[in-house]
Amino acid sequence: MTASIEIRDAFKTFGHGPRAIQALEKASLDIRPNEFVTFVGASGCGKSTLLRMIGGLESLTSGSITVNGQPIAGPGVDRAMVFQHYSLYPWLTVADNIRFCRQLKAHTRDRTSADVEKASGRADALIRLMGLSHVAHAYPNQLSGGMQQRVAIARALMSRPPILLMDEPFGALDAQTREVMHDLIRHVHRIEGSTIVFVTHDVEEAIYLGQRIVLMAPRPGRIDTLYDVPLPAERHQDMKLAPEFLGLKREILDRIRETSGMKTDLEQLARLSAEAAELEA
Amino acid sequence: MSASKRSGGASPLWQIRTAIDPRHYWVLALCGLVAPLLGWSIASSLDGVDKVFLPGPADVLARMWTWASEDGLPADVAISTWRVVAGWALSAAIALPLGLFIGSYRSVQALLEPLTDFIRYMPAVAFIPLVMLWVGIEEGSKIAIIFIGTFFQMVLMVAEDVRRVPLAQIEAAQTMGASRGEILEKVIVPSAKPALLDTLRVTMGWAWTYLVVAELVAANSGLGYAVLKAQRFLQTDKIFAGILLIGLIGLVIDQGFRLAHRKAFPYLAGRH
Repeated sequence: MTASIEIRDAFKTFGHGPRAIQALEKASLDIRPNEFVTFVGASGCGKSTLLRMIGGLESLTSGSITVNGQPIAGPGVDRAMVFQHYSLYPWLTVADNIRFCRQLKAHTRDRTSADVEKASGRADALIRLMGLSHVAHAYPNQLSGGMQQRVAIARALMSRPPILLMDEPFGALDAQTREVMHDLIRHVHRIEGSTIVFVTHDVEEAIYLGQRIVLMAPRPGRIDTLYDVPLPAERHQDMKLAPEFLGLKREILDRIRETSGMKTDLEQLARLSAEAAELEA
Repeated sequence: MSASKRSGGASPLWQIRTAIDPRHYWVLALCGLVAPLLGWSIASSLDGVDKVFLPGPADVLARMWTWASEDGLPADVAISTWRVVAGWALSAAIALPLGLFIGSYRSVQALLEPLTDFIRYMPAVAFIPLVMLWVGIEEGSKIAIIFIGTFFQMVLMVAEDVRRVPLAQIEAAQTMGASRGEILEKVIVPSAKPALLDTLRVTMGWAWTYLVVAELVAANSGLGYAVLKAQRFLQTDKIFAGILLIGLIGLVIDQGFRLAHRKAFPYLAGRH
């Protein structure tokens, strides 16, 4: 299952009056069915806000977001979300966390015994897919951060959502674990066929995972540039050293420095150290 | 040990936030309990220290024995425990649902929290005349005092426990299509349970501290009443015995709660 997302002139303002903050300004974007899109940018660029707006966890101040042409109204089972952390239920085992949505009315309407059987098969398949078989009956607290995120992803996939929204899901993991998770989530994208929108501040992650990169800029938060990733659909870790990968990485990093005011900071730093050297001489 | 190596041979006992040998821990804990007892014993046996001023541990133990065998100590313990538990349970029965709603809905918080915050600063003792006027001088009044002493704090603590449920847990349920009722029942309540049991444990301790106050109101039984009566007759050893017994019962109940906490929430044990 998959779906398209259409964002039209989305504005988001937090607060009122003179202290209001423009979190997102006039964002428009079309995300195709089964596309893997990554949002990247400096903090305060509104990338998480936009993702949460697609998820229905944040309202729009103005503009519209539609999924397959239907305007969204709050969170829905068609848009699953994976958070950075603290989203698992520590009182449930790994398997019960993954099956959590089966307890909810939204997933149990018109349920036949065949559906129940299919769902239990689905949970088992996800446990195997995410490499969780040996910890299926453990509690989340007993797992490493990487394993916890595997559970969170499996739980989000349980109801076969056409859209998977991921808010810096690997931001708290170490570099090695993260590489494993990258290949895992690409594998998930291939076999599940869902549309994935992935937020990160890590440019390398954004390029390696995405088919398309949405670069966002702060003050006010906005969509700055779109990049098509010039890599084949099948990816492997060696590609991170390919010239086209490094070229795109440099281009995006430069643009982030420019738009986030980091460039002026760096120039000022260079000027200061030059002055200090002069004084010493 | 590696800890002592790192600090260049200094004792690990004085490393900030560093684990110490379990044997050292128990020796120190025992010293902390025995030393005051020993000090008390020595101080009371000094020449010129009147038994009325400071009875020794042996006097207090002897008094406990006569109280238990002749003066109806079991009945006093039973009635006091009943009053404390009843007042506390009544508080919990109202504070748990109310705190759940204050912690979950900003509107309920706005309506009730400032009021609760205000009332909790009013001294429970000062309500005694009002309680006597409104509730009378029967059992209900003692339970009411303990209720007033614990309820308002308990509501706020329950609300805080509920507010500490990670937002990501709630939002994850929302994106899975959970309704508001389902979020309360299947996420917020189970997630807050360990903290709530801790709150119940702490407030049970406070309920015991209000016992003596509660038994100021026309009581003729109970541990608090016994302490008050002993004060009138200058039976210092009985005052000691009463205070120690209240402390002891409190400690036993507290440990019971801790045990229940460990048994009920094995998933908190974590990774080792």
